[in-house]
Amino acid sequence: MSATGIAVAMLQVVLTIAAAPLLVGMMRLVRARLEGRVGAPIRQPWRDLRKLLRKERMVSANTGWVFSIAPLVLLASAALVAGIVPFLSTRSALDQVGDLFAVVYLLLLGTVFLSLAGLDAGTAFGGMGASREMTIAAIAEPTVLVAIFALSVSTGSSNLGAIVAATLAHPSTAASPESLLAFAALAVVTIAETGRIPVDNPATHLELTMIHEAMILEYSGPDLAMVELAAHLRLVVFLGLLANLFVPWGIATTVQPLHLAAAAAAVAIKLVALAATIAAIEVFIAKVRLFRVPELLAASFVLAFLAVTASFFLA
Amino acid sequence: MLKLLRKIVRTGRVTETIPHGAGPQPFLGAPDPLRGSLQVRQVDAGSCNGCEAEFAAAFGPVYDAERFGVRLVASPRHADALVVTGPVTRNMAEPLMKAWEATPGPKLVIALGDCARDCGVFAGGYGVAGSVADVVPVDLEILGCPPAPADIVAALRRIVGS
Repeated sequence: MSATGIAVAMLQVVLTIAAAPLLVGMMRLVRARLEGRVGAPIRQPWRDLRKLLRKERMVSANTGWVFSIAPLVLLASAALVAGIVPFLSTRSALDQVGDLFAVVYLLLLGTVFLSLAGLDAGTAFGGMGASREMTIAAIAEPTVLVAIFALSVSTGSSNLGAIVAATLAHPSTAASPESLLAFAALAVVTIAETGRIPVDNPATHLELTMIHEAMILEYSGPDLAMVELAAHLRLVVFLGLLANLFVPWGIATTVQPLHLAAAAAAVAIKLVALAATIAAIEVFIAKVRLFRVPELLAASFVLAFLAVTASFFLA
Repeated sequence: MLKLLRKIVRTGRVTETIPHGAGPQPFLGAPDPLRGSLQVRQVDAGSCNGCEAEFAAAFGPVYDAERFGVRLVASPRHADALVVTGPVTRNMAEPLMKAWEATPGPKLVIALGDCARDCGVFAGGYGVAGSVADVVPVDLEILGCPPAPADIVAALRRIVGS
Protein backbone atom coordinates (compact mmCIF):
# COMPACT_ATOMS: atom_id res chain seq x y z
CA MET A 1 0.00 0.00 0.00
CA SER A 2 1.92 3.01 -1.26
CA ALA A 3 1.52 6.64 -0.24
CA THR A 4 0.36 7.65 -3.72
CA GLY A 5 -2.19 4.82 -3.69
CA ILE A 6 -3.65 6.10 -0.43
CA ALA A 7 -3.69 9.62 -1.85
CA VAL A 8 -5.69 8.37 -4.85
CA ALA A 9 -8.19 6.63 -2.57
CA MET A 10 -8.58 9.78 -0.46
CA LEU A 11 -8.99 11.91 -3.59
CA GLN A 12 -11.66 9.52 -4.80
CA VAL A 13 -13.60 9.79 -1.51
CA VAL A 14 -13.40 13.60 -1.51
CA LEU A 15 -14.44 13.89 -5.17
CA THR A 16 -17.33 11.45 -4.69
CA ILE A 17 -18.63 13.31 -1.65
CA ALA A 18 -18.39 16.63 -3.51
CA ALA A 19 -20.09 15.28 -6.62
CA ALA A 20 -22.80 13.03 -5.16
CA PRO A 21 -25.26 15.78 -4.10
CA LEU A 22 -24.70 17.56 -7.42
CA LEU A 23 -25.57 14.38 -9.31
CA VAL A 24 -28.80 14.05 -7.30
CA GLY A 25 -29.57 17.72 -8.02
CA MET A 26 -29.00 17.04 -11.71
CA MET A 27 -31.42 14.09 -11.64
CA ARG A 28 -34.09 16.25 -9.96
CA LEU A 29 -33.52 18.97 -12.57
CA VAL A 30 -33.90 16.52 -15.48
CA ARG A 31 -37.12 15.27 -13.97
CA ALA A 32 -38.41 18.81 -13.38
CA ARG A 33 -37.66 19.88 -16.95
CA LEU A 34 -39.46 16.86 -18.39
CA GLU A 35 -42.46 17.67 -16.18
CA GLY A 36 -42.58 21.19 -17.61
CA ARG A 37 -41.19 22.79 -14.46
CA VAL A 38 -38.16 25.03 -14.01
CA GLY A 39 -36.81 22.98 -11.11
CA ALA A 40 -34.37 23.75 -8.33
CA PRO A 41 -30.73 24.55 -9.21
CA ILE A 42 -28.28 21.62 -9.33
CA ARG A 43 -26.56 22.76 -6.13
CA GLN A 44 -29.83 22.60 -4.14
CA PRO A 45 -29.01 19.26 -2.37
CA TRP A 46 -25.78 20.87 -1.10
CA ARG A 47 -27.76 23.85 0.21
CA ASP A 48 -30.17 21.47 1.95
CA LEU A 49 -27.27 19.58 3.57
CA ARG A 50 -25.64 22.81 4.75
CA LYS A 51 -28.95 23.94 6.20
CA LEU A 52 -29.44 20.60 8.00
CA LEU A 53 -25.99 20.84 9.57
CA ARG A 54 -26.99 24.14 11.14
CA LYS A 55 -30.21 22.77 12.58
CA GLU A 56 -31.01 21.33 15.96
CA ARG A 57 -30.39 17.60 16.52
CA MET A 58 -33.49 16.04 18.03
CA VAL A 59 -33.50 12.52 19.45
CA SER A 60 -36.68 10.87 20.61
CA ALA A 61 -36.58 9.73 24.24
CA ASN A 62 -37.44 6.15 23.24
CA THR A 63 -34.36 5.51 21.09
CA GLY A 64 -31.20 3.64 22.02
CA TRP A 65 -27.59 3.71 20.86
CA VAL A 66 -28.34 2.16 17.46
CA PHE A 67 -30.31 5.25 16.46
CA SER A 68 -27.35 7.50 17.34
CA ILE A 69 -24.59 5.57 15.57
CA ALA A 70 -26.54 4.40 12.49
CA PRO A 71 -25.96 7.63 10.49
CA LEU A 72 -22.22 7.42 11.27
CA VAL A 73 -21.99 3.76 10.24
CA LEU A 74 -24.02 4.43 7.11
CA LEU A 75 -21.92 7.41 6.04
CA ALA A 76 -18.60 5.79 6.97
CA SER A 77 -19.36 2.57 5.08
CA ALA A 78 -20.55 4.51 2.03
CA ALA A 79 -17.44 6.73 2.08
CA LEU A 80 -15.14 3.71 2.46
CA VAL A 81 -16.80 1.98 -0.49
CA ALA A 82 -16.40 5.20 -2.48
CA GLY A 83 -12.66 4.87 -1.83
CA ILE A 84 -12.49 1.18 -2.76
CA VAL A 85 -14.49 1.11 -5.98
CA PRO A 86 -12.28 1.70 -9.04
CA PHE A 87 -13.52 5.11 -10.19
CA LEU A 88 -10.28 6.86 -11.08
CA SER A 89 -7.55 4.25 -11.26
CA THR A 90 -7.30 0.46 -11.33
CA ARG A 91 -4.37 0.82 -8.94
CA SER A 92 -6.14 2.34 -5.95
CA ALA A 93 -4.52 1.50 -2.60
CA LEU A 94 -7.67 0.25 -0.88
CA ASP A 95 -8.40 -1.91 -3.88
CA GLN A 96 -5.85 -4.44 -2.60
CA VAL A 97 -7.80 -5.04 0.60
CA GLY A 98 -11.30 -4.44 -0.64
CA ASP A 99 -12.69 -6.66 -3.33
CA LEU A 100 -16.17 -7.48 -4.57
CA PHE A 101 -17.27 -9.19 -1.35
CA ALA A 102 -16.01 -6.37 0.85
CA VAL A 103 -17.88 -3.78 -1.24
CA VAL A 104 -21.17 -5.69 -1.18
CA TYR A 105 -21.03 -6.37 2.55
CA LEU A 106 -19.92 -2.85 3.46
CA LEU A 107 -22.97 -1.56 1.62
CA LEU A 108 -25.12 -4.16 3.38
CA LEU A 109 -23.70 -3.08 6.74
CA GLY A 110 -25.08 0.42 6.19
CA THR A 111 -28.44 -0.98 5.07
CA VAL A 112 -28.71 -3.19 8.17
CA PHE A 113 -27.85 -0.33 10.54
CA LEU A 114 -30.36 1.98 8.93
CA SER A 115 -33.05 -0.71 9.23
CA LEU A 116 -32.20 -1.23 12.90
CA ALA A 117 -32.40 2.53 13.43
CA GLY A 118 -35.81 2.52 11.77
CA LEU A 119 -36.96 -0.10 14.27
CA ASP A 120 -35.24 1.63 17.19
CA ALA A 121 -37.54 4.64 17.39
CA GLY A 122 -40.50 2.31 17.74
CA THR A 123 -42.73 4.17 15.29
CA ALA A 124 -45.12 2.27 13.04
CA PHE A 125 -43.69 3.61 9.79
CA GLY A 126 -40.07 3.07 10.85
CA GLY A 127 -40.69 -0.62 11.44
CA MET A 128 -42.61 -0.92 8.20
CA GLY A 129 -39.80 0.71 6.23
CA ALA A 130 -37.20 -1.51 7.91
CA SER A 131 -39.13 -4.66 7.09
CA ARG A 132 -39.52 -3.59 3.45
CA GLU A 133 -35.86 -2.63 3.14
CA MET A 134 -34.79 -6.04 4.47
CA THR A 135 -37.15 -7.82 2.07
CA ILE A 136 -35.55 -6.00 -0.84
CA ALA A 137 -31.99 -6.35 0.48
CA ALA A 138 -32.44 -10.11 0.94
CA ILE A 139 -32.97 -10.52 -2.80
CA ALA A 140 -30.89 -7.62 -4.10
CA GLU A 141 -27.60 -8.32 -2.28
CA PRO A 142 -27.18 -11.90 -3.64
CA THR A 143 -27.93 -10.51 -7.10
CA VAL A 144 -25.12 -7.96 -6.84
CA LEU A 145 -22.73 -10.68 -5.66
CA VAL A 146 -23.69 -13.16 -8.37
CA ALA A 147 -23.71 -10.53 -11.15
CA ILE A 148 -20.22 -9.26 -10.35
CA PHE A 149 -19.08 -12.82 -9.70
CA ALA A 150 -20.01 -13.62 -13.31
CA LEU A 151 -17.47 -11.01 -14.39
CA SER A 152 -14.84 -12.24 -11.97
CA VAL A 153 -15.02 -15.84 -13.29
CA SER A 154 -13.37 -14.94 -16.58
CA THR A 155 -10.83 -12.72 -14.83
CA GLY A 156 -10.00 -15.25 -12.15
CA SER A 157 -10.08 -12.62 -9.43
CA SER A 158 -12.77 -11.05 -7.28
CA ASN A 159 -10.76 -7.84 -7.10
CA LEU A 160 -12.76 -5.04 -8.72
CA GLY A 161 -9.65 -3.31 -10.05
CA ALA A 162 -8.50 -6.56 -11.65
CA ILE A 163 -11.90 -7.07 -13.31
CA VAL A 164 -11.80 -3.56 -14.75
CA ALA A 165 -8.21 -3.99 -15.91
CA ALA A 166 -9.11 -7.32 -17.60
CA THR A 167 -12.00 -5.70 -19.48
CA LEU A 168 -9.62 -2.94 -20.59
CA ALA A 169 -7.12 -5.52 -21.84
CA HIS A 170 -9.79 -7.53 -23.71
CA PRO A 171 -12.41 -5.02 -24.92
CA SER A 172 -14.46 -7.76 -26.63
CA THR A 173 -15.45 -9.22 -23.25
CA ALA A 174 -17.54 -6.11 -22.57
CA ALA A 175 -20.04 -7.28 -25.20
CA SER A 176 -19.99 -10.97 -24.21
CA PRO A 177 -23.29 -12.64 -23.19
CA GLU A 178 -22.30 -12.96 -19.52
CA SER A 179 -21.29 -9.32 -19.36
CA LEU A 180 -24.57 -8.11 -20.90
CA LEU A 181 -26.66 -10.37 -18.63
CA ALA A 182 -24.75 -9.21 -15.57
CA PHE A 183 -25.23 -5.59 -16.65
CA ALA A 184 -29.01 -6.04 -16.90
CA ALA A 185 -29.12 -7.72 -13.48
CA LEU A 186 -26.96 -5.07 -11.84
CA ALA A 187 -28.97 -2.25 -13.41
CA VAL A 188 -32.21 -3.52 -11.84
CA VAL A 189 -30.50 -3.97 -8.46
CA THR A 190 -29.01 -0.48 -8.67
CA ILE A 191 -32.49 0.97 -9.02
CA ALA A 192 -33.79 -1.12 -6.10
CA GLU A 193 -30.86 -0.42 -3.79
CA THR A 194 -30.81 3.31 -4.41
CA GLY A 195 -34.55 3.63 -3.88
CA ARG A 196 -35.56 4.90 -7.31
CA ILE A 197 -38.81 4.38 -9.24
CA PRO A 198 -40.24 1.70 -9.87
CA VAL A 199 -39.15 0.22 -6.52
CA ASP A 200 -39.27 3.27 -4.26
CA ASN A 201 -40.04 6.92 -4.87
CA PRO A 202 -37.40 9.31 -3.47
CA ALA A 203 -39.78 12.30 -3.69
CA THR A 204 -42.72 10.70 -1.92
CA HIS A 205 -44.36 12.07 1.18
CA LEU A 206 -46.98 9.33 1.44
CA GLU A 207 -45.90 7.19 4.37
CA LEU A 208 -47.71 4.08 3.13
CA THR A 209 -45.62 3.79 -0.04
CA MET A 210 -42.25 4.59 1.51
CA ILE A 211 -39.27 2.31 1.92
CA HIS A 212 -36.09 4.35 2.45
CA GLU A 213 -37.90 7.49 3.62
CA ALA A 214 -39.95 5.54 6.19
CA MET A 215 -36.80 4.46 8.03
CA ILE A 216 -35.42 7.99 8.32
CA LEU A 217 -38.62 9.75 9.40
CA GLU A 218 -37.25 10.21 12.93
CA TYR A 219 -33.91 11.77 11.94
CA SER A 220 -33.35 15.51 12.12
CA GLY A 221 -30.61 18.10 11.68
CA PRO A 222 -27.00 16.83 11.32
CA ASP A 223 -28.10 13.18 11.62
CA LEU A 224 -30.44 13.62 8.68
CA ALA A 225 -27.67 15.38 6.74
CA MET A 226 -25.42 12.32 7.23
CA VAL A 227 -28.16 9.89 6.17
CA GLU A 228 -28.98 11.95 3.08
CA LEU A 229 -25.35 12.35 2.08
CA ALA A 230 -24.82 8.60 2.53
CA ALA A 231 -27.85 7.92 0.32
CA HIS A 232 -26.39 10.23 -2.35
CA LEU A 233 -23.00 8.49 -2.03
CA ARG A 234 -24.55 5.05 -2.42
CA LEU A 235 -26.26 6.20 -5.60
CA VAL A 236 -22.92 7.34 -7.02
CA VAL A 237 -21.21 4.11 -5.90
CA PHE A 238 -23.79 1.91 -7.59
CA LEU A 239 -23.88 4.00 -10.78
CA GLY A 240 -20.08 4.14 -10.79
CA LEU A 241 -19.83 0.36 -10.44
CA LEU A 242 -22.31 -0.06 -13.25
CA ALA A 243 -20.37 2.36 -15.45
CA ASN A 244 -16.82 1.23 -14.76
CA LEU A 245 -17.37 -2.54 -14.63
CA PHE A 246 -19.04 -2.67 -18.01
CA VAL A 247 -17.69 0.42 -19.80
CA PRO A 248 -14.27 0.89 -18.17
CA TRP A 249 -12.71 3.05 -20.89
CA GLY A 250 -11.23 6.28 -19.59
CA ILE A 251 -10.11 4.87 -16.23
CA ALA A 252 -6.41 5.42 -15.42
CA THR A 253 -4.13 2.41 -15.13
CA THR A 254 -1.44 4.52 -13.45
CA VAL A 255 -1.51 7.04 -10.61
CA GLN A 256 -0.13 9.99 -12.60
CA PRO A 257 -2.05 13.22 -11.92
CA LEU A 258 -2.77 13.89 -15.60
CA HIS A 259 -4.22 10.39 -16.12
CA LEU A 260 -6.25 10.72 -12.93
CA ALA A 261 -7.73 14.04 -14.10
CA ALA A 262 -8.71 12.45 -17.42
CA ALA A 263 -10.20 9.49 -15.54
CA ALA A 264 -12.21 11.82 -13.31
CA ALA A 265 -13.61 13.59 -16.37
CA ALA A 266 -14.45 10.24 -18.00
CA VAL A 267 -16.22 8.85 -14.94
CA ALA A 268 -18.10 12.15 -14.51
CA ILE A 269 -19.41 11.92 -18.09
CA LYS A 270 -20.45 8.29 -17.55
CA LEU A 271 -22.21 9.09 -14.26
CA VAL A 272 -24.06 12.07 -15.71
CA ALA A 273 -25.20 10.03 -18.73
CA LEU A 274 -26.41 7.13 -16.55
CA ALA A 275 -28.11 9.39 -13.99
CA ALA A 276 -29.85 11.47 -16.66
CA THR A 277 -31.09 8.28 -18.35
CA ILE A 278 -32.52 6.95 -15.07
CA ALA A 279 -34.15 10.30 -14.26
CA ALA A 280 -35.71 10.48 -17.75
CA ILE A 281 -37.03 6.91 -17.59
CA GLU A 282 -38.56 7.63 -14.18
CA VAL A 283 -40.84 10.23 -15.75
CA PHE A 284 -42.38 7.59 -17.99
CA ILE A 285 -43.01 4.80 -15.50
CA ALA A 286 -45.04 4.42 -12.32
CA LYS A 287 -43.94 2.81 -9.10
CA VAL A 288 -44.85 -0.90 -9.03
CA ARG A 289 -46.92 -2.35 -6.25
CA LEU A 290 -44.76 -3.39 -3.31
CA PHE A 291 -45.77 -7.05 -3.65
CA ARG A 292 -44.50 -7.07 -7.22
CA VAL A 293 -41.05 -5.75 -6.30
CA PRO A 294 -39.80 -9.25 -5.34
CA GLU A 295 -40.87 -10.45 -8.81
CA LEU A 296 -38.78 -7.74 -10.43
CA LEU A 297 -35.79 -8.54 -8.22
CA ALA A 298 -36.20 -12.29 -8.70
CA ALA A 299 -36.07 -11.70 -12.45
CA SER A 300 -32.82 -9.76 -12.01
CA PHE A 301 -31.44 -12.61 -9.87
CA VAL A 302 -32.25 -15.06 -12.65
CA LEU A 303 -30.40 -12.81 -15.11
CA ALA A 304 -27.40 -12.75 -12.77
CA PHE A 305 -27.53 -16.53 -12.40
CA LEU A 306 -27.67 -16.95 -16.17
CA ALA A 307 -24.68 -14.63 -16.42
CA VAL A 308 -22.65 -16.89 -14.11
CA THR A 309 -23.78 -19.98 -16.01
CA ALA A 310 -22.83 -18.35 -19.30
CA SER A 311 -19.44 -17.33 -17.99
CA PHE A 312 -18.68 -20.98 -17.12
CA PHE A 313 -20.02 -22.57 -20.29
CA LEU A 314 -19.08 -19.96 -22.88
CA ALA A 315 -15.65 -19.13 -21.53
CA MET B 1 -44.46 6.08 -24.13
CA LEU B 2 -43.96 7.77 -27.51
CA LYS B 3 -47.27 9.54 -27.02
CA LEU B 4 -46.11 10.87 -23.67
CA LEU B 5 -42.77 11.92 -25.16
CA ARG B 6 -44.59 13.83 -27.91
CA LYS B 7 -46.73 15.54 -25.28
CA ILE B 8 -43.65 16.50 -23.26
CA VAL B 9 -41.98 18.02 -26.31
CA ARG B 10 -45.15 19.79 -27.47
CA THR B 11 -46.06 21.19 -24.04
CA GLY B 12 -42.60 22.50 -23.18
CA ARG B 13 -42.29 24.56 -20.03
CA VAL B 14 -45.52 25.61 -18.33
CA THR B 15 -44.09 27.37 -15.28
CA GLU B 16 -45.14 31.01 -15.06
CA THR B 17 -42.13 33.29 -15.20
CA ILE B 18 -41.79 35.85 -12.47
CA PRO B 19 -41.10 39.37 -13.81
CA HIS B 20 -37.49 40.39 -13.47
CA GLY B 21 -36.75 42.60 -10.51
CA ALA B 22 -39.88 41.45 -8.68
CA GLY B 23 -37.82 40.04 -5.87
CA PRO B 24 -39.60 39.32 -2.63
CA GLN B 25 -39.50 41.64 0.32
CA PRO B 26 -37.41 39.58 2.75
CA PHE B 27 -39.18 38.31 5.83
CA LEU B 28 -37.03 39.68 8.64
CA GLY B 29 -38.04 36.98 11.12
CA ALA B 30 -36.62 34.22 8.90
CA PRO B 31 -33.70 32.41 10.56
CA ASP B 32 -30.45 32.65 8.61
CA PRO B 33 -29.96 28.89 8.00
CA LEU B 34 -33.24 28.75 6.09
CA ARG B 35 -32.03 31.09 3.32
CA GLY B 36 -32.11 29.18 0.05
CA SER B 37 -33.43 25.94 1.52
CA LEU B 38 -36.78 25.39 3.18
CA GLN B 39 -38.41 22.05 3.94
CA VAL B 40 -42.11 22.34 4.64
CA ARG B 41 -44.45 20.03 6.52
CA GLN B 42 -48.10 20.74 5.97
CA VAL B 43 -50.47 20.23 8.90
CA ASP B 44 -54.21 20.17 8.30
CA ALA B 45 -55.65 21.27 11.64
CA GLY B 46 -59.27 21.14 10.47
CA SER B 47 -59.34 22.80 7.08
CA CYS B 48 -62.06 22.40 4.42
CA ASN B 49 -59.22 21.31 2.03
CA GLY B 50 -59.54 24.43 -0.10
CA CYS B 51 -56.18 25.67 1.18
CA GLU B 52 -54.66 22.20 0.61
CA ALA B 53 -55.74 22.27 -3.04
CA GLU B 54 -54.12 25.68 -3.56
CA PHE B 55 -51.03 24.69 -1.59
CA ALA B 56 -50.61 21.59 -3.74
CA ALA B 57 -50.99 23.78 -6.83
CA ALA B 58 -48.13 25.99 -5.59
CA PHE B 59 -45.85 22.94 -5.97
CA GLY B 60 -47.30 21.93 -9.34
CA PRO B 61 -45.74 22.67 -12.72
CA VAL B 62 -47.37 26.11 -13.15
CA TYR B 63 -46.18 27.78 -9.93
CA ASP B 64 -43.27 25.44 -9.14
CA ALA B 65 -42.27 26.55 -5.65
CA GLU B 66 -39.49 23.95 -5.77
CA ARG B 67 -37.35 26.18 -8.00
CA PHE B 68 -36.81 28.46 -4.99
CA GLY B 69 -35.49 25.61 -2.86
CA VAL B 70 -38.76 24.85 -1.08
CA ARG B 71 -39.66 21.18 -0.74
CA LEU B 72 -42.47 19.26 0.95
CA VAL B 73 -41.36 16.62 3.44
CA ALA B 74 -43.05 13.73 5.19
CA SER B 75 -42.00 14.29 8.77
CA PRO B 76 -41.92 17.29 11.13
CA ARG B 77 -38.40 16.08 12.06
CA HIS B 78 -37.27 16.91 8.52
CA ALA B 79 -39.13 20.22 8.41
CA ASP B 80 -38.03 23.83 8.86
CA ALA B 81 -41.53 25.23 8.64
CA LEU B 82 -44.99 23.98 9.48
CA VAL B 83 -47.71 25.23 7.16
CA VAL B 84 -50.93 25.01 9.16
CA THR B 85 -54.33 25.28 7.50
CA GLY B 86 -57.84 25.62 8.87
CA PRO B 87 -59.22 26.52 12.26
CA VAL B 88 -57.68 24.28 14.92
CA THR B 89 -60.31 21.74 15.91
CA ARG B 90 -60.41 20.25 19.38
CA ASN B 91 -59.09 16.93 18.12
CA MET B 92 -56.19 18.52 16.24
CA ALA B 93 -54.99 20.95 18.93
CA GLU B 94 -52.81 18.33 20.62
CA PRO B 95 -51.41 16.76 17.40
CA LEU B 96 -50.54 20.27 16.15
CA MET B 97 -48.75 21.04 19.40
CA LYS B 98 -46.87 17.71 19.15
CA ALA B 99 -45.91 18.37 15.53
CA TRP B 100 -44.55 21.77 16.55
CA GLU B 101 -42.56 20.21 19.41
CA ALA B 102 -41.17 17.53 17.06
CA THR B 103 -39.83 20.12 14.62
CA PRO B 104 -36.14 20.88 15.15
CA GLY B 105 -35.17 24.53 15.47
CA PRO B 106 -34.77 27.06 14.00
CA LYS B 107 -38.39 26.65 12.88
CA LEU B 108 -41.24 28.74 11.55
CA VAL B 109 -45.00 28.38 11.63
CA ILE B 110 -46.91 29.66 8.62
CA ALA B 111 -50.67 30.07 9.02
CA LEU B 112 -52.21 29.46 5.60
CA GLY B 113 -55.63 30.96 4.83
CA ASP B 114 -58.19 33.06 6.65
CA CYS B 115 -59.37 30.17 8.85
CA ALA B 116 -55.88 29.66 10.25
CA ARG B 117 -55.80 33.36 11.15
CA ASP B 118 -59.22 33.91 12.74
CA CYS B 119 -61.21 30.66 12.26
CA GLY B 120 -63.12 32.22 9.31
CA VAL B 121 -66.71 31.03 8.98
CA PHE B 122 -66.02 28.32 11.55
CA ALA B 123 -65.44 30.83 14.38
CA GLY B 124 -67.45 29.93 17.46
CA GLY B 125 -68.21 26.40 16.22
CA TYR B 126 -68.56 23.75 18.92
CA GLY B 127 -65.66 21.72 17.52
CA VAL B 128 -63.25 24.63 17.08
CA ALA B 129 -60.52 25.15 19.69
CA GLY B 130 -59.31 28.44 18.21
CA SER B 131 -57.03 29.90 15.58
CA VAL B 132 -53.53 28.55 14.91
CA ALA B 133 -51.98 31.36 16.96
CA ASP B 134 -53.95 30.16 20.01
CA VAL B 135 -52.06 26.83 19.91
CA VAL B 136 -48.59 27.49 18.47
CA PRO B 137 -46.66 30.75 17.84
CA VAL B 138 -47.30 31.94 14.27
CA ASP B 139 -44.48 33.67 12.38
CA LEU B 140 -46.10 34.39 9.03
CA GLU B 141 -49.68 34.60 7.78
CA ILE B 142 -50.89 34.07 4.24
CA LEU B 143 -54.37 35.54 3.76
CA GLY B 144 -57.14 34.47 1.42
CA CYS B 145 -60.02 32.03 1.30
CA PRO B 146 -58.29 30.14 -0.15
CA PRO B 147 -55.02 32.02 -0.85
CA ALA B 148 -53.94 32.03 -4.50
CA PRO B 149 -50.95 29.77 -5.30
CA ALA B 150 -49.03 32.84 -6.49
CA ASP B 151 -49.48 34.43 -3.05
CA ILE B 152 -48.30 31.23 -1.36
CA VAL B 153 -45.19 31.11 -3.55
CA ALA B 154 -44.53 34.82 -2.88
CA ALA B 155 -44.72 34.25 0.90
CA LEU B 156 -42.39 31.25 0.72
CA ARG B 157 -39.94 33.30 -1.34
CA ARG B 158 -39.86 35.90 1.42
CA ILE B 159 -38.40 33.24 3.73
CA VAL B 160 -35.87 31.67 1.35
CA GLY B 161 -34.98 35.11 -0.02
CA SER B 162 -34.73 34.36 -3.75
